[in-house]
This record gives sequence, structure tokens and C-alpha cells, in this order.
Amino acid sequence: MPPGAQPSDFVLQTSPARSGLDPARTVLETGVVVLAKPTRTTPAVAINLAMRAGSIADPPGLPGITWLLSRVIDRGTATRSAADIADELDSRGITLTITVTRHLLSLVCTCLADDFEAVLALLGEMLMSPSLPEREIATRKGEVITAIRQDEDNPAVRATETLMALLYPDGHPYGRRTKGSIEIVESLTREQLLRLHADRFAPTGLTAVVVGDAEPARVKEVAARVFGGWRKPAPSSIALPPVRPATARRRVVIPMMNKAQADIAYGFTTITRRDSAYYACWLMNVALGQYAVGGRLGDSIRERQGMAYYVSSSLDANVAEGPLLVRAGVSPLNVDRAVASIDEEVARLVRDGLSEKELDESRRYLIGSIPRALETNAAIASFLQTEEFFGLGLDYDARLPDLLGAVTLDDVNAAARRALDPDRAAIVIAGPYADV
Amino acid sequence: MATPAEARPNAAPRALTLDNGLKVLIQEERTAPLASVWCWYKVGSKDERPGLTGVSHWCEHMNFKGTANIPRDQVKGIIEQFGGAWNGYTWIDQTTYLETATRDALDRMLFIESERMASCLYHPDDCESERHVIISELQGGENDPDQLLDQELTATAFKAHPYRHPTIGWLPDLQTMTRDDLYGYYRRFYVPNNATLVIVGDVDTSEALGRIEHHFGGIQAGTEVSRLRTVEPDQIGERRLTIRKEGAVAYLRVGYHAPAATDAHFFPLLILDAVLTGAKGLNLWSSFRVPPPQRSARLYRALVERGLASAVAGSLMPTEQPFLYTISVTATNGTPLDSAESVLLEELDRVRRDGITGAELTRAKAQLRARLVFDSDSVTNIAHQLGYFETIASVEVFTTAPARIAEVTLDEVAAAARAALRPSSRTIGWFQPLPVGSGKSKSEV
Repeated sequence: MPPGAQPSDFVLQTSPARSGLDPARTVLETGVVVLAKPTRTTPAVAINLAMRAGSIADPPGLPGITWLLSRVIDRGTATRSAADIADELDSRGITLTITVTRHLLSLVCTCLADDFEAVLALLGEMLMSPSLPEREIATRKGEVITAIRQDEDNPAVRATETLMALLYPDGHPYGRRTKGSIEIVESLTREQLLRLHADRFAPTGLTAVVVGDAEPARVKEVAARVFGGWRKPAPSSIALPPVRPATARRRVVIPMMNKAQADIAYGFTTITRRDSAYYACWLMNVALGQYAVGGRLGDSIRERQGMAYYVSSSLDANVAEGPLLVRAGVSPLNVDRAVASIDEEVARLVRDGLSEKELDESRRYLIGSIPRALETNAAIASFLQTEEFFGLGLDYDARLPDLLGAVTLDDVNAAARRALDPDRAAIVIAGPYADV
Repeated sequence: MATPAEARPNAAPRALTLDNGLKVLIQEERTAPLASVWCWYKVGSKDERPGLTGVSHWCEHMNFKGTANIPRDQVKGIIEQFGGAWNGYTWIDQTTYLETATRDALDRMLFIESERMASCLYHPDDCESERHVIISELQGGENDPDQLLDQELTATAFKAHPYRHPTIGWLPDLQTMTRDDLYGYYRRFYVPNNATLVIVGDVDTSEALGRIEHHFGGIQAGTEVSRLRTVEPDQIGERRLTIRKEGAVAYLRVGYHAPAATDAHFFPLLILDAVLTGAKGLNLWSSFRVPPPQRSARLYRALVERGLASAVAGSLMPTEQPFLYTISVTATNGTPLDSAESVLLEELDRVRRDGITGAELTRAKAQLRARLVFDSDSVTNIAHQLGYFETIASVEVFTTAPARIAEVTLDEVAAAARAALRPSSRTIGWFQPLPVGSGKSKSEV
């Protein structure tokens, strides 16, 4: 095959037919969903416990409380002190990562296979009966406040957070800063944290995924032992306010004259994950700002014009209409030219659409990347959480090539026209730049 | 069940050398239908002379810009058509390029790497365009005060050795370097006898060797690379620097001269770092992206648990020549840096005086054993490790690491602590934030 040439047809011919991950799914009597997928790559197990209690569960007036809860939930339980937990994790070489997204609070770690049972029991106890000691709350508050101050000094974070507030105004949960503000964090009490836990953490909201060197039957048995006695009614559902598409272009500049580089965040609200146009929108975003280091945007702004070290776009279709964000880091002298170039690429995509070749390349790339995306235990566990959260089905990974394959050029171009419009873009520039 | 962690050494790859001097390491791993190809060059920022700082990294950027047989506009897309990812990085000892894709892309990956070795173009327009991209990368790094402090601390800790300058280079050099500087550097170092090619994945070794010979066998060996041979003189007194600049958070960083990867003190010091700040593993590519298990680590307890810091981290990288062991601290709001510093130095003095306990040694070894397993969870990560260690020392340093860690004694850790943590060997850096809007910025050494 000559250099740069591409395979002759769409299906990757020499890759084996995928039989799919085919995870074992069980719903415990109490409502906890357990997904298990055995692998033999290493003598290790990835555990991913996701509770449907993300930052949208922050009560009115208390943005950031879920984040603080996530920092302290692993610092003491009904039967273990913070020191006990530190010893249990550290002696096994385990880093426990706790993340908060809009919809989920997740406990994630990888442990050696021999430790799986003890570690699942420990993580389960954190979720079901955290003790939230006052001393720990005070220490973690100091950390969160420092992190907020770091964010406030970071142009990339300032640009993105301000853009989200523009796209999701009027207190919409997607527009709020997940960490909250220093004032609110300082004011939070143990009682408020305990109340949040009591209100939002319940077995019906928990999905436990275990991937690695552990048989599904054993995973189910251990999960049943850990979570079997946890009985609570389902929390009330949280209604998200409607997302209103923008009607005008908005632009905000945050001068940060102590910085060397300016960060640009540029975006739109798009569609929900369940929207039938999702796969078309995904392919459109790959071509716009991801394929081969930044797609069309990277080609224009980094490769042809040499203006930025990074530029890319991301799509986060979610329960509500999620954002498509374009982000770039540029010299302050190039801010106006970079924004104009983003406008131009967005307008060109809406006006002329993608070519068949671009669609084909993006599709090949996404389909071909599935084995790589599902190589590690942690990556499979994360994929299965997404599958479960959005109700995509246990055979989703096997169906994904066909779902992407069914998208037509008309679908992609319609998705671009629906989501993108420079006249309705929200733009934030943070860095050593000020409007003249 | 997979082999238990205790019994699992790091597997040794098949190793050979082509007639032109190219070293080849191949390891068959059939856990996924993937292959990862890395091509490593023994060239990094330590090979740069004054006036050309940043040239290694800039060359890395240029080596993605088209070759004699891959037109500029077709560079992107070759690997993507196999669902693959590609990248590269440059550091003090090495420059490396990688592709990971479905196994049927192996021939294309080898083709790309052979082209990169022998036939890059360095078109003047591309060099000029990339100058701006790299300066943008430098400015992005300067936006982060902690990164700025790290750069300045390293430059202060080394007086003579080229490890002192940042891999991205100094701005004035980036503004003045020419296309001929870049191309001359490329031709000097990008020769098969200065490179290691690594393949890990679902491949057949003999087939892969045939394709390697096809793509690389015709590339002529180059003149043996002559290198700068600067030895850093012993540091004879504590050094300090303070950056006062607008910002929101104060940072403290302490650096000690550290042993090279092949030094007898290296693995004992790795254990010591695990005791002080939690075990990181040994994979520059992956393990430093996950925070270490550190809740019971000495410095975490002394600084974070007491509310003086929101984060503490230790860094001991395996390097070809003696580099630095650094400890960085993010002070919590209202904590004076001198308070954080005195607590940190007190702990370091204590461990230097008394060593670590048997229980700490056991825990550190368990952590490192687990981290080494976690570090090898993908063909990409395994291939990185083989090539990294072959480039900075030898692949045996990696394959024998689990055994070497298991053998470390309390006495060895104590000796490493005494040797490494000498007060006269340290450099202390502060980032002292000034109120935003004060318009001030200065650094003092």
C-alpha cells in the first residue's frame, strides 16, 4: 500500500469480529446494579462505584457541597477511622480517586486481585456509612479552598467555568462551579453534609462495576455481601430546568495580566445523549476538533497558522442538552485572529458540511479505536458505567460500529446546522488580554 | 487467575541489533488485538549547548511535519485509519515517538518511524510556524506557578550540567534558532545507531522482524554521536530562590541532587520516597498521572493532615545521569511558607538521622509491587517502559526492578537518605504570590 493510502473499504478487515464485552449484570434485591467483566491482563481488578448523586444534587444555595462531601466521604466510616482507612489503602498500594460530575459521585480504584474483596467492602462502607468527622471536614475544607484559589488563578479553568455559566444561566446546575465558592465552602456544616448523604445516597442509585481478575460469580457474591443489607427508599428525582438555546452571540473577557498565555473557551449547548442525532453529532465533533490532533480546528489554528499549542473541541451530550466546547491556548497577540479562525471553521462546517472523505475518516477512526479504548480494566469499567447510566444496553460496544456506520453525510451536516452557529456562540477569553 | 503479583517479574523482551546499529526490542502480548510501536532516540535537552536550548524538543515537533515519502498533508490520518493514537515527547535524556493501533497497522507504524528517522524535511515555513507553536507551549507552562518554580529551581540546583535548562528551552533561544540549527541537530542524532525500536502487542516476532528489516535495514548508520561530558560539581551549600509574582497560592519546592538510575542508591531512595510521599511507580508515561497512595506517608501526615498544605508530592525519576529528587508543597491559604518549610525540613532531617522503620519498608515495597503491576496494564505502557530504560540505562534495569526493590534493606535506605538528603546538597524554592493587580513580578536567587 503506498504511503498515506487508506484501506479500501470501511470494515477493518484483519481485526477479528468483536464478540463484545458481554458483562454479567445483576440487580441486587436492594436495587444496587452490579456489572462484572473478567479479564486476565494483569493480576489486578478495577473497581468503579458510581452513585447518582453528582453536583446537580447540590441543594439550592449550597453549590459545592457535593464536592466537599466527596473529599471527606473516604475519611472515616461507622467502623473505621481515617487512620484505619489510610492504612488499608496504602498498605495495598491503592490510590482511591473520587470524582464528581454533574450526575455522578464515583469511587474508583485499581487493586491487586487478592485484595479485591477487602477493598470492595471498604469502599462500600464509605458509600453507605461515612462518619464525616469534624476534624476531617475542617482539613478538607482547607484543601478545597486552596483548590478554588488555584482555579481562580488558572486562565483555562476560568474560561471554561465562565463559559458554562454563560451557556447554562440562571442557576442551571450545569452552569455552576462544581467546587462552589470559598464563602460557601467555609460555611458548610457536618449536619448539612450528613443531610445530603441521607437524602441522595441510596442503593437504587448505585452501580458497582468490577473489571479484572475476578470471576463474575464471585463479584456478585461479594457485592451482595457488601451491599445486601443496605435498604433505603429511592431518593426523589431532581428535575433539571430546560436548556434554552442562545439567541445571540455573547463574549466575556477576563483580564489576567499576570499570565503569559490566553485561554479561549467557545461553545454552544447541543443535544442530549439520548437524542437520535447523537452519533451524527459525535462524528461531526471528531471532524471539527479531534481527528488527528484537533481536526479542522487544529489544522487551521495550529498547523497552518502556528497560533496555538493546543486547540480542540469536545462534545458532552448528557441527560440535559450538553455543551460542545472549543478550547485553545494562544498568545495574547493572537486572540482575535484565533477567535476569527474558530468562527470561520464553524461557519464553514455549517455552510458547506463535511466531505464524504472526512466523514469516512472520522468513522474509521472511532470504530478502529474501540479495542484501544477498551484495553485496560479501568477503561472498560468506565465504559460500562456510561453504558449503564444512559441505558445503552449490555451489547452497546458490539453495536457501536453499526450505530456509527449508519450515520449519513446528511445526518452529520444536519447535526452541524442544528448545534453550531457563530452568531449564537458564547465566547470567553481569560488571560493577559483586554478589550480595547 | 493471572499469575499472582509476587511471582511476576517484568518480562524480558526479545532483543537484537540490526547491522546499522538499531536496537530492537519485541514483546508479544496477546491481551488485546493491538500493537504499540515506540522509536526512542538518545537525545534530550542534556545534549543541547548554550544558545540551542529547546532544540531537541523543537526537532520532535518538526518530525511530525512530513517526510520524503509522506507528503505534509498526509501525515495525519495514516494511523487514525486504524483507530490508532500517536504522540511523542522529549525530556532530558530522550526523545521518543509512538503509535498504538490495531495490530494490522504494524507495517504502517514501522514505515512512519523509518521515515521519521531518515527522511524528515524541515521545510523553512514549517520551522517558522512551529516556532510560534512552541513559544505558545512555553507560555502555557508559565501560566502555572508551580511549573515555573520547578523550572527555576532546576536551573538553580545545577551550575554546570545541561540538566539545568528546561526541555522546552529558554525563550531567547527559541526566538533566534534557525532552520539549519534544527536540521543539523536532526541529522546528527537521528541515526539508527542512536535509536531503539520497541514493539509490544499482538504480533508475531519473526514477522515483525522481517518488516523491521524491510523498513530500517537500508538506513545507513551515522557517525557515532559525540556528547557533552559535563559533570556537575558537588554542591557545597544550600541554595535558595524566591519568585514573587502575582498569583493566588504559595508553593514550596525542595530539590536534592539524586543518583542516576543505575546507582546503588537509586532503588533505596525510591523506597524512601514512597515512605515520605507515597509510591509512584516507575513509568514516566502513565504512573505519574495517578496520585500515589500517600495518606500514611510521612510528609502527607506532617503537612496535609496538619492543614499546612493542600498537596505534597515527591519526584524521583530514573535518569541517565544524576538528576534531582524534588518535593513540592502547595501551601494552604494563610500558611506562611517558612512554616511549611520548617516542618518539611524537620521531617527530612529526622529520616536522615533515624532512617525508616521495618513496617514502613514493608508497606513501601507492597506499594511499589502493586504500582509496577498497574504500570503494565497496556501494550503502550509496557512498550514505554522497555524503551525508556533501554535509552537511559538498559532494559535490564526495568526487568530486574521488582527483584531489586524486594531486596532493599533498611540499612540501604538509611544510607541513601544520609547521602541524598544532605542540607548542603539542597536547593529551596518559594513561589510567593503577590496580590493580583499589583503589577509586580520578580525573582530572587
